[in-house]
Amino acid sequence: MKFFRALHERGGINLTIFYDPFDMSRFIHGLYLTVVLFLICAVASVLLGLFAVAFLTLPYRVPRAIVRGYVAFFRNTPPLVQIYFFYFGLGALVPTSRNAYGLPVAMVNNFDWALIALSLYAGAFNVEIFRAGIEAIHHSIVEAATALGYSKAATFLHVMVPLAWRISLPALSNNLIELLKTTTLAYAIGVPELLYVSNQIWSDNINTFAMMNVLMVVYLLLVGVVAIAMHRWERVLKLPGFGAAR
Amino acid sequence: MTRDRGPSKFSPEVGIDLAGARKRVGTALNAGLAGVLLSILVVCVLVLAVAILHGTDATVLAKLAKWTPFLAQGFLLNVVMSLIAISAGTLGGIFLGMGQIAPFGWISWPSKVLTQIFRNAPWLVLLFYCIFLLPYQVRIAGQTFVVANWLRASIGLTIPVIANFSEIVRGAMQSIPSGQWEAARSLGYTWRQSVHQVILPQCIKRMLPPWMNLYAVLLMATPLASIVGTQEALTNLRTALQAEADGRLLLPFYAYLLSWFFIYSYPIARFSMRLEKRFAIH
Repeated sequence: MKFFRALHERGGINLTIFYDPFDMSRFIHGLYLTVVLFLICAVASVLLGLFAVAFLTLPYRVPRAIVRGYVAFFRNTPPLVQIYFFYFGLGALVPTSRNAYGLPVAMVNNFDWALIALSLYAGAFNVEIFRAGIEAIHHSIVEAATALGYSKAATFLHVMVPLAWRISLPALSNNLIELLKTTTLAYAIGVPELLYVSNQIWSDNINTFAMMNVLMVVYLLLVGVVAIAMHRWERVLKLPGFGAAR
Repeated sequence: MTRDRGPSKFSPEVGIDLAGARKRVGTALNAGLAGVLLSILVVCVLVLAVAILHGTDATVLAKLAKWTPFLAQGFLLNVVMSLIAISAGTLGGIFLGMGQIAPFGWISWPSKVLTQIFRNAPWLVLLFYCIFLLPYQVRIAGQTFVVANWLRASIGLTIPVIANFSEIVRGAMQSIPSGQWEAARSLGYTWRQSVHQVILPQCIKRMLPPWMNLYAVLLMATPLASIVGTQEALTNLRTALQAEADGRLLLPFYAYLLSWFFIYSYPIARFSMRLEKRFAIH
């Protein structure tokens, strides 16, 4: 703390988050929200992607068309406009309850809308990733499962998903990194995540440049953590004799 | 269902032919038309939903029509910003990508570090950097030019494009069989000559689909410029909504803008998918 205070007074680099308790707690809470937003959206988007891909493998046209429409729509529209559409457009239709002071409170708040919008956005990319993973499975494996008496659902769940998951992991980790970067868009609807609190801090202390560098470093570190974690997972799940040789 | 499966049960050739015909019809119908139809459908469903929720009201459509020129003006800026960023980003990305695989450490290391930093930083953070740190005006030959907000935003969008394209270039160049490098070398080409005259020309085909993907991602990022105060489509939309001050318009207006982006981007996405399939190495 003393060091950073001295850095401000003598070096002219004002990093309030390291010596001012208020700024520090704000920043840590922002970091916490970014991480929570990312983790929930990551799990939700992966589940969404798996469900949607299960629909794609069904021999019915209508569910397939719905999934294709969903993917096409979310991939070809700007995520920021999607978030506004959810928060302002759909948010206006959601009923409000009243809090202890009798003020109207939306039943779905801005953090929830950010979760929904980002999960749907990342989920659309996951569908494409898992679809490619399933298409990469050689049909002889599916035939072998059928010959062993697996039902269609069991083949999908116990044979195709585990294999497709391994094939999809590198692309999935790229998409999760994209998702982590996209959580910054929650800034636009006032979710106090990392970018939002950093903006508050640099507005209060006029240390824009120093705070931006901190922000950049923190995001790069977060991306690094995700990349390393996913890479480890890839190695743990690697099957001998399966997948591209490295 | 039964209608489709019927003929193939009795004569497989007919079935295959039918499937082929359907594919051809699908290809002919694809891209633009499907995108336009889907967008119109989305807008119709949303307008209908609003009408049901708030009572039938034809004024919504009239309001959409009234603000269309204003939105179009903003959307044009989105397109212009995306074109500036993709042009400058492609040019910069080629050099940074070549730098990454250059056989000289003092070029390749900085290139790799720059690529990784700007590829992994959030677009919005990079945009903030450029908006706050680029000069508001520049003096060239004694004349002072004001750097418009949209131009600074374009530069902010160019940086991640450079880094992403740099990775595409590196990937494509490394996917060229090493025999090509060796052949160029044995013919006496220098490193620079072999890159320019042997390797890069072969990369164009491989780089085209990911480059188009990158353009789509870039276009989807242009509304971020509204956060930093550029008068593009999203800003204009919000201005229009403020002027109207009518809660019923929120949903249809945002849906309308989404459909604009969709109509512009979907044909590009379909085209790049087709190219990818055509160029796929089996």
